[in-house]
Amino acid sequence: MVDFSLSEEQQLLKDSVERFVRNDYGFDTRRALAEGDLGHGPDNWATFAELGWLAVPFAESSGGLGGGSVECMILMEAFGRGLVVEPYLHSVIVAGGLIEAAAEDSRRRDLLSGLIAGERILAFAHVEPQARFTLHDVATTAVADGDGWRLAGHKAVVFHGAAADRFVVSARTAGDSRDRSGISLFLVDRDTPGLAIRAYRTVDGLRAAEVTLDEVTLGSDALIGAPGVAIDAIEPVIDRATAAVSAEAVGIMDALYAQTLDYLKTRQQFGVPIGKFQALQHRAVDMFMACEETRSMVYMATLKLDAPAVERARAVSAAKVQVGQAGRLVGQEAVQLHGGMGVTDELIVGHYFKRLTMIDTLFGNADHHLRRFAENDSANG
Amino acid sequence: MNLDFSAADLAFRAEVRAFIGDHYPPEIERKMKASQRLDREDYLTWQRILNDKGWLAPSWPAEYGGTGWTAVQKHIFEEELAFAEAPRVIPFGVTMVGPVVIAFGSDAQKSRYLPRILTSEDWWCQGYSEPGSGSDLASLRTKAVRDGDHYIVNGSKTWTTMAHWADMIFCLVRTDPKAKNQEGISFLLMDMKGPGITVQPIVTIEGGHEVNTVFFEDVRVPAENLVGEENKGWTYAKFLLGHERAGIAAVGQSKRQIEKVKDIARAEQSGGRPLIEDGRFRDKVSNVEIRLMALEYTELRSLAAESKGQAPGPEASLLKIKGTEVQQAITELAIEAVGYYANPYIPEAFQDGWNEAPVGPDYAAAAAPRYFNWRKSSIYGGSNEIQKNIIAKMVLGL
Repeated sequence: MVDFSLSEEQQLLKDSVERFVRNDYGFDTRRALAEGDLGHGPDNWATFAELGWLAVPFAESSGGLGGGSVECMILMEAFGRGLVVEPYLHSVIVAGGLIEAAAEDSRRRDLLSGLIAGERILAFAHVEPQARFTLHDVATTAVADGDGWRLAGHKAVVFHGAAADRFVVSARTAGDSRDRSGISLFLVDRDTPGLAIRAYRTVDGLRAAEVTLDEVTLGSDALIGAPGVAIDAIEPVIDRATAAVSAEAVGIMDALYAQTLDYLKTRQQFGVPIGKFQALQHRAVDMFMACEETRSMVYMATLKLDAPAVERARAVSAAKVQVGQAGRLVGQEAVQLHGGMGVTDELIVGHYFKRLTMIDTLFGNADHHLRRFAENDSANG
Repeated sequence: MNLDFSAADLAFRAEVRAFIGDHYPPEIERKMKASQRLDREDYLTWQRILNDKGWLAPSWPAEYGGTGWTAVQKHIFEEELAFAEAPRVIPFGVTMVGPVVIAFGSDAQKSRYLPRILTSEDWWCQGYSEPGSGSDLASLRTKAVRDGDHYIVNGSKTWTTMAHWADMIFCLVRTDPKAKNQEGISFLLMDMKGPGITVQPIVTIEGGHEVNTVFFEDVRVPAENLVGEENKGWTYAKFLLGHERAGIAAVGQSKRQIEKVKDIARAEQSGGRPLIEDGRFRDKVSNVEIRLMALEYTELRSLAAESKGQAPGPEASLLKIKGTEVQQAITELAIEAVGYYANPYIPEAFQDGWNEAPVGPDYAAAAAPRYFNWRKSSIYGGSNEIQKNIIAKMVLGL
């Protein structure tokens, strides 16, 4: 039966994360965290662990709570509303997801336990300067060195690179730099000799780093899973992450829409609330419709994450195109309808706008996913 | 959360598909697929087939001939009709005046008109817009003056779809000229064949004749043809506008049409390769497909809410706006896809019995007329700007 309502447990999770964002994650708190040394709140991270949120995306056999996509969506939408800076997306869903997807049965639980307990932060060092959005464009090399491996390369815009205890690093063990096969995943501790981290802030209040690997020598156990087949883990996990960040975008867009509507009803000009002007009413309606359609697409993509690969890819890419296009509309309109206040640092509107704008660049922008959507048209095969 | 249709719904879909497969007359199907015009008898034939099965008026209460289907079943039914490219059921009787008569009509009106809608003995048309009253419908001036057991009607209605084929018209008329705009309006049922009514065709930009202006000159209408109370017609009209959202988004039709565009783009050549492989064109197709998916899942959310007992709300306006935008975008893709062969204008080709060879590929002839004709969709049924006013007021509270 087609149904978009939440189960009782899902509703409880939603209530709980929304309560956290409302009570413990005000705009001033968020600003202080984003501007602090670490860039996020260790106390919050401990709370996430305590409430089980760090276990949500993982199967019970991996030490998780069942790996529900809808549960991830619920968390991410609320994190969007709160502009949460903790490394949930990149550390838990992406890096943790990769370990779950790629690691050997015998090690999976152990490798994830520190992450799920909130004791260890992971980062995925994958994207490279030349790769843009092509997931299999990996030039970083890993060559066999005795029993172990030697890695060399440059990883770009590694989110939470400075805070990470460990990196999941993609590197090529075979093939040319744009071959789909030949990519492998390695676990690398942050203090490994030869690994250098150049940390910086991002425009949307997060942290990232350039990570260079200069003759980094690793033991044999650094390799996660079988060599050469990492793309089979990377693609579905990045699809999951894309659906998750799309849910974050929905949270942001809804918040922007609500704030803008409130402003239209209270801001007085020419003796009336500016929401009385039809030119602005129709723009607000466009925002409303964009929010509703984006929510529909995120539900659709989330519920198709376990579908066959082509159907999943097409669904996720369609949602990301929608997020890119509708997100730009809603973000720009929210700023415009707030007038001069919309471009001030003081108002949360601009901060939502910046995050929404950067979300388009994550895991492939609208153009990239438009192309991928067409390439996965089974009727064209 | 779940996207799967239930086993019962899947079985229902199979039943509908099999019925259409077995009963859709090949002659009508041929015309529909060739974008030829249907004549009056074609529509009646198809409606009688549906009615014989008991499927003509799914939304009506069962006691009047409805099917008792769930919202999801109605959606599936509409979608299957669209996929098969079956002719649309003319909405003016079944989805418009029928539900108003059921909700507000007298027993005599119910027993006279409802069966005749089902058997298609009465072809209805809608008398709402006037030459001077479009989006501002409540400013209408066609007046009905009581004279004993009759009303005398004078005025005109316009954009009256298929009035030239209609037996009956339901009209909004002004019965109290002194009352405020919306308060002096009544809902009147009129026989199109009576004296004093003339129908003047309006030819639209693609060369077709669907709409008309209807003139009323001292037309005598029995007072028993008043629906409900005098001067309460606006309430009934609003009920009618908000009554039906099944099919308003036309997702099934748009899915079918975009598949046709993709077929055209596979057949057309551009630079020695199929047009579908031209990245610039393919991006446009993908964009429209994604807009259609967003619409489809928004409609499904609305259906799922209705299945849980929520009454249809102002989201019908969203579905109308986005649905017509997508329909129009698809007609744009088609006219672009056929290239030079959008130019030939051979109106006879759309008439039954024309059997000369087509000029250019057979799929090209309909592209331009369809593009021009479908500009109507963002204007009719409450223009998309009026729909935005409705959302601004009812949803946004502005």
